[in-house]
Amino acid sequence: MLLLALILIPILAAVGIFAGLPARKLTLAAAGINFALGIYAALCPACVGTLGFVVLENPAISFSLGLDGMSAVMLALTVIVTVAATLSGSCPEGREKLWYSSILLIAAGAIGAFVSTDLFFFYAFHELALIPTFLMIGILGRGGNERVSIAWKTTIYLAFGSIILLGGLVLAGTQLDSLAFADLKPVAEHQNAIALLLIIGFGTLVSLFPFHSWAAPAYASAPAPVAMLHAGVLKKFGLYGLLRVGLAVAPEGMKHWLNLLLVLLLCNILWMGLVTINQKRLDNMLGSSSVMHMGYIFLAIGAAIAAGGNIIDPATQSLNLAASAAVLLMFAHGISIALSFSLADRVEAKTGTLEMNQLGGLAKSAPKLTFLFGLVAMASIGLPGLANFAGEIMVFISGFQGWTPDQALGPVQIATIIAIWGVVISAVYMLRAFRNTFHGPAVERCEKASDLTLTEKAPAILLSLVLLAVGLYPNLLLNLLK
Amino acid sequence: MNQSLLLLIIPLISAIVIHFGLKQKLASVAALLGTVATLATLGLSLSLLGSETQGASFNWLQVGDFSINIGIQLDQLSKGMMVVVTGIGLLVHVFSLGYMKDDEAKARYFGNLSLFMFSMTGIVLADNFIMMFIFWELVGLSSYLLIGHWFQKDSAADAAKKAFLSNRVGDFGFLIGILMIWGITGSLVFNEMALSAATPFLAAAVLLVFCGAIGKSAQLPLHVWLPDAMEGPTPVSALIHAATMVAAGVYMMARFFFSIGFDVIPDCSANTIAWIGGITSLLAALMATQQDDIKKILAYSTLSQLGYMVMAVGLVDPNAGMFHLYTHAWFKALLFLGSGAVIYACHHEQNIWKMGGLFKKMPITGITFVIGTLCLTAVPGTSGFFSKEGILHAAHETNPALFYIAVAVAALTTFYMFRLLFIAFFGKAKDEHAAHAKEVPLVMAVPLLVLGLMSLASPWIGNAIPALDDFHPHIGFEMNSVTIASIAAFVVGLAAAVVLYKGKESDPLANNKVMQLFRNKFYIDEIYETLIKVFQDLVAAIVHFIDEFVINGLIVGGLTRIAQGTGNIFRSKCQDGKLQGYATVLGAGALVVIYIVTLL
Repeated sequence: MLLLALILIPILAAVGIFAGLPARKLTLAAAGINFALGIYAALCPACVGTLGFVVLENPAISFSLGLDGMSAVMLALTVIVTVAATLSGSCPEGREKLWYSSILLIAAGAIGAFVSTDLFFFYAFHELALIPTFLMIGILGRGGNERVSIAWKTTIYLAFGSIILLGGLVLAGTQLDSLAFADLKPVAEHQNAIALLLIIGFGTLVSLFPFHSWAAPAYASAPAPVAMLHAGVLKKFGLYGLLRVGLAVAPEGMKHWLNLLLVLLLCNILWMGLVTINQKRLDNMLGSSSVMHMGYIFLAIGAAIAAGGNIIDPATQSLNLAASAAVLLMFAHGISIALSFSLADRVEAKTGTLEMNQLGGLAKSAPKLTFLFGLVAMASIGLPGLANFAGEIMVFISGFQGWTPDQALGPVQIATIIAIWGVVISAVYMLRAFRNTFHGPAVERCEKASDLTLTEKAPAILLSLVLLAVGLYPNLLLNLLK
Repeated sequence: MNQSLLLLIIPLISAIVIHFGLKQKLASVAALLGTVATLATLGLSLSLLGSETQGASFNWLQVGDFSINIGIQLDQLSKGMMVVVTGIGLLVHVFSLGYMKDDEAKARYFGNLSLFMFSMTGIVLADNFIMMFIFWELVGLSSYLLIGHWFQKDSAADAAKKAFLSNRVGDFGFLIGILMIWGITGSLVFNEMALSAATPFLAAAVLLVFCGAIGKSAQLPLHVWLPDAMEGPTPVSALIHAATMVAAGVYMMARFFFSIGFDVIPDCSANTIAWIGGITSLLAALMATQQDDIKKILAYSTLSQLGYMVMAVGLVDPNAGMFHLYTHAWFKALLFLGSGAVIYACHHEQNIWKMGGLFKKMPITGITFVIGTLCLTAVPGTSGFFSKEGILHAAHETNPALFYIAVAVAALTTFYMFRLLFIAFFGKAKDEHAAHAKEVPLVMAVPLLVLGLMSLASPWIGNAIPALDDFHPHIGFEMNSVTIASIAAFVVGLAAAVVLYKGKESDPLANNKVMQLFRNKFYIDEIYETLIKVFQDLVAAIVHFIDEFVINGLIVGGLTRIAQGTGNIFRSKCQDGKLQGYATVLGAGALVVIYIVTLL
């Protein structure tokens, strides 16, 4: 029942907002309650039990919820980012209803997707969450006159990703007895086609190269909370789906496409890394960087595919190294990208621009903003002590797992070696951006900028503490996966 | 609690308390806290020398049967290094109490110093490669923060970024090397590395691991960041960019070589390492001969001496490298703090041609600076003489070409150091600030005196400590070809400096074409800048253009037009053309891919 409550609380709160209740307070309360319940559930998945009732006999579809290690981590990510998103950005006067109800509905959709243990609702909840995302980009987006076309472009892109994905799921589902996660098993036929559809379908949702061009403009023009929730949480749906569904139904098919996947993910890292280096605006830079960093998580999935496709280690009955690396990095990236978007929004609010060549020397007038932005810049560079490092090092290690010097370097090892160049690329664009925005002599607009207030600091501090906690002691999160 | 863990915890707590508790309002308390914390760790390090305390270990990351520990390895290598790090760390803290007294971000400075002490301690004590990499990155961060201490200055902000990025390039190789070593030896823990069979991968892995040292110890071709790092406060240059952090590359290689065993190291890797060290030491010494900034001279000298140490590692004699690391740490820290005292007394003037006659006005600084110079130039009987002898002997036995290079570097070292002495400390004052320079206050003079003493006595002190008996160097004086070459190099260098620079008002070599090449550092920085502009920024711009206008624009937009032209069937009034474009491309693209691959 707790899991059902986690989905219903934000939905009911959204209904309450439309009924005229105070939007911000209600959203904060709902996000707060969900935060407490969600963390409790994540820490003790066994305590929350499961829930299920049959919706359709044939095909067998049931509304069933449950929690295991992997979904517990995603749930924790969602409730944390939701609280931070509620506290971030500045809602335009008079638009509170749309603004806050959207946050709530995105959160509800994401939670629903992650705690569903049935393929149908897993898919449906994600679609639910996309609707408010598009509305927010199109109506309240920061993209000026472009925002409507950006919203449409994102819509079409993601809808088509979803449709291709649906094709793959249907092709697999017809060969399965039931759509419950527990019953997913390697299908007998069309594994290659299924795997390709799932890679492209889920991949488009995660901005896998070359289906990535929706992401940077969408994040740049989305209001801060929506960028935080989509880049931080919703986008992870595709990766989670590949791990949970793709590897389960088509392990052989995935293996068939492994080399293709490796090439595409290296394009994410290197190609998009170069695009990111060339970005001139802070928000575009962050949007592109989030596309780039997806490459590392795909690399972990590649390592999992190469390791046989079974993400559960038969010896220990817990998630294996590659899958754990993927989950840890999903979590870390989700928190860090949410933090970046939250802070970039503040940079714009304080200085009136995100053009990096019009910024400079902000460190003097806004030391707190500088510290927090520096922290998240270091996180995305992969500095030890922050969660992203733990994820990245695990990804690289899982890429070399099982390699011995009596064999040649395999495709996954070679991809890992090339991918490691990404740590240089991220340092280049992040340090440049930090240098241009915060260091050097102060330009006029930065000289007059004020520092973060307590309310503005709150979401950033919450997310920073999470990054630090997991970074300093990764077992904190890994223990949840056992 | 295990004593050795305290070595890590004390500076960490100090850094946290200073950054989040004390801040600039309580800057003096912060300074004191940082200093006391370092004193405590020095005490602990000394007490560890005499004790049998074993390392500690706790699980940091665990998945199934794979785990990474934060573990501490206490042996002669780490115990000796801890004393050097905390000893020099303490003196630099004390010196900073005076040097940074009126800095407007004094608390941040001391907080970052504590962060550095924490990170450096982690490198020294690490018992496995991942932990070493973690702290490796953290010293990189503290170095970045301290170089960029005066970040309002463009030059400091750029130097900090450059240091971080150069190190990252080295870390790229280092990380791959670590992964390969894990595959080859089956373990990431230094004590458990076992080589089952000879493998061609080992040569590559050793060189990749060495890439980390190239970055951190600023060897060619990644040396460019270290001279720029002099933008940081001078005590930082002494501690981080001369004595300890930059030597971490040498320390890491020594640790690594001891772990896998000397006899398995492939010759080709060892030779490459030795040559990189040798060439770095020669080129850096040449560059040092034509610098005018007192800190830059010392920075190039550091590069050159690090080259010596790396050469020793490559000659598979890491003991000799470590001995030179120990002696160099004291006298180079002394020279840097001495230059700090000079800069302090001359109101932030760093150009030696605007100094002169300082020896008489600043006797303590002057005498200690001369002591440091004598050690660095390896005058017989000084610490630098004995440690350089070790390296020269190693080269003499195995690689004559490198031996001659090393001797040439010794002559150049004497030349540029006495050039510095003659111009800055002797002769007439060439500037008003230099004419009115006064000796620095006691809080800065005392560290100089202690460092002067340690510079002279370090080999004997090292030999007197039974806990370090594996590293007891040879202290003696025999007339053999190596000694003769070493003394001859000193005499030649000194004579050249006397002839060219004694009593001069301006550089007599300034217009020489070859010297201008040295002065401009062989234009390596400019070449890199061009390469970065072409290969990174231009390529990035092209890629971005293609991404925006081809992948995103032309294909999507072009197909939109095709769709508009031919596809009126698809057209419905409620949509605009663009939508169909995206939709068609995505759907068609996926179908085409599926079609192609099914055919394949």
